[in-house]
Amino acid sequence: MQLKWWKIIGIILVLYSIIAGLLMPVPKLNILNETIRNLYFHVTMWFSMIVLMFSSMKQSLQFLNGFDKIHDLKAETYASTGIFMGLLGLTTGMIWAQYTWGTFWVNDPKLNGTAVTLLIYLAYFILRNSIENEDSKARVSAIYNIIAFVMMIVFIGVLPRMTDSLHPGNGGNPAFGNYDLDSNMRVVFYPAVIGWILIGSWIAQLRFRIKLLENKKENI
Amino acid sequence: MKHSIATIICCLLMSNTVLADSVEMADLMRSNGKIYVVVAVIAIIFIGLMAYLYRIDQRVKKLEK
Repeated sequence: MQLKWWKIIGIILVLYSIIAGLLMPVPKLNILNETIRNLYFHVTMWFSMIVLMFSSMKQSLQFLNGFDKIHDLKAETYASTGIFMGLLGLTTGMIWAQYTWGTFWVNDPKLNGTAVTLLIYLAYFILRNSIENEDSKARVSAIYNIIAFVMMIVFIGVLPRMTDSLHPGNGGNPAFGNYDLDSNMRVVFYPAVIGWILIGSWIAQLRFRIKLLENKKENI
Repeated sequence: MKHSIATIICCLLMSNTVLADSVEMADLMRSNGKIYVVVAVIAIIFIGLMAYLYRIDQRVKKLEK
């Protein structure tokens, strides 16, 4: 096996979360019923996205500190994988919302905040593609990427907590606290989070390596 | 006084368990073992996807050399 250890750990943790997530006992709650198991799959997408966006921002900071193009490329691929994870989280969340809240989209601060976040990051790619000059493209998009990360934290981490939200843990709405109390769920949820973060990083790393190969080919 | 508080607590606890039992869960699927079919299908799809990702990883590694 020539695979890096963290990739193997990622696979094992997610595989464990699929098997245990469907078989382990969960708290019996009204309305949620069995859909409470979505916690292992839907919420982990967001964790994966936030970590990827954070590493993207870190790469942008490193780029601004020395102007090494490698960091710019890394920032771009991490952000695009982060958006991918975010879209998966959004669609799975919509299906879950349909069965528990009644509609695919409710006017929930967290949902709208996520939509805005994804638009902010899509704008990052539009910005990248709209600047011809390679140097200024990297610099401007690095600065934008840092702002985008801060905006993401504000929109999905801060604002939903200040108003009422259907999401757990926001606006005095319990539930995430309730899950947390349940040690059965914790045993599956935390490994799932780590596993999906590792797999998301793996995909991002692959994208980066392919992009790097493409760039090398173009330069020859 | 102490007695009545104990009764109330007892009542609350009991009503809680009754409530928990009335929540509809996919217990039938668990009792007849069909849940394992679902788990097996999802696990195989996930393993397949990861094998595919591994193949891509190896191919990229080859190209990098």
